[in-house]
Amino acid sequence: MAGDRAASIDPDALSWYEATARQRVTALVDPGSFREFLGPTERRMSPHLPLFDLPRAFDDGIVIGRADIAGTPVLLAAQEGRFMGGAFGEVHGGKLVGLLRAALDLKPRAVLILFDTGGVRLQEANAGETAIAEAMRAIVDVRAAGIPVVGLIGGRAGCYGGGGLIAGTCSRLAVSEGGRISVSGPEVIETNKGAEEFDSRDRALVWRTMGGKHRRLTGGADAFCADTVAAFRQAAVALIDRAPAFDLAGLEAEQARLAARIARFGDCRDATEVWARLGVNDPATVPGMDTAAFEAIVARVGEADHDAR
Amino acid sequence: MESLTFRHTTKTPLPGTQPSAVTGVVASGNLEVLLERVLPPDACEVAIDTPIAGYGDVWAAVVADFVARAQPGGIRISINDGGARPDTVSLRLLQGARLMEA
Repeated sequence: MAGDRAASIDPDALSWYEATARQRVTALVDPGSFREFLGPTERRMSPHLPLFDLPRAFDDGIVIGRADIAGTPVLLAAQEGRFMGGAFGEVHGGKLVGLLRAALDLKPRAVLILFDTGGVRLQEANAGETAIAEAMRAIVDVRAAGIPVVGLIGGRAGCYGGGGLIAGTCSRLAVSEGGRISVSGPEVIETNKGAEEFDSRDRALVWRTMGGKHRRLTGGADAFCADTVAAFRQAAVALIDRAPAFDLAGLEAEQARLAARIARFGDCRDATEVWARLGVNDPATVPGMDTAAFEAIVARVGEADHDAR
Repeated sequence: MESLTFRHTTKTPLPGTQPSAVTGVVASGNLEVLLERVLPPDACEVAIDTPIAGYGDVWAAVVADFVARAQPGGIRISINDGGARPDTVSLRLLQGARLMEA
């Protein structure tokens, strides 16, 4: 399957945020190594969207398959954030769950999930919610079998709703500045609690509350990437090697870490207050920092690195 | 949802050996084009699913223009439309043909 300008993609120049799911996959892995499962020609499309007179996608908005990354065999899934906000429907979710279950038989070095999702597709919500639960269960099984599951987050839809829950079950996460990780999105919070609680049009507020830098500083993500496919590739390779064990001790350490976090930061009214308590000297400058300056801050903050997850 | 199918005869087959290609994304103002080399070398078929009904004449003109320019013999083209403008459709069709020639 020829993808979007497959031969001419330069991972150093390609913006992760701007790229399609297929462009990300093609540029992320070793050239020519990707083999897609259930590709567009098989036309496994949503059985539900026609009922709503909505257009379908040939791959239902997710690309799955196997590939090599730095010579190492992996399975990977990439969500297309521009098709229905990358949301989970029945086929979309089934493809991810099937890929994760296949990992138990195929025993790759790792499974990579390229998240780009607003959560569950409302038109097929029951199937989508089921898929979220099944994906989390499958990740637990894959990790228990000793196979790391690494999430890469830097797309325009971010990683929200059930996608945020699935991300929380991964071994490691890499995020870029443009990536956002949360469960309830800005518009959802504003709709339910009012603009005084959370103004979804305040882009700076959204990014410092849910964006990649905040998640990295508080240990919600394990690597911070520049917005290029090459940076995500480098992070993925490094995180596969640094994946923590999945055992009871790790889960208890995570519970303790999260309890300590709410005790330490629970009364903060803004992310900048969290960063100040973490020991960042001039927290207001964090959003404007380039990747190198930000990495230097991360290295000084103890909260950012842990093996709890 | 409106489904349209156009069949054309071409003077030549589309060059190249790529069996299939996909370009574009189903999003607002965009479309997804899937090309498969499965037809006799002088035949081209374009099947479109679009949520915007009533533009069959425009689709017919855009497809006829593409076939005349690219001579995509042997190619079955399937389109999931997200409400793309005719110029975007034309661009994606030509991109798809280029991918198949690679």
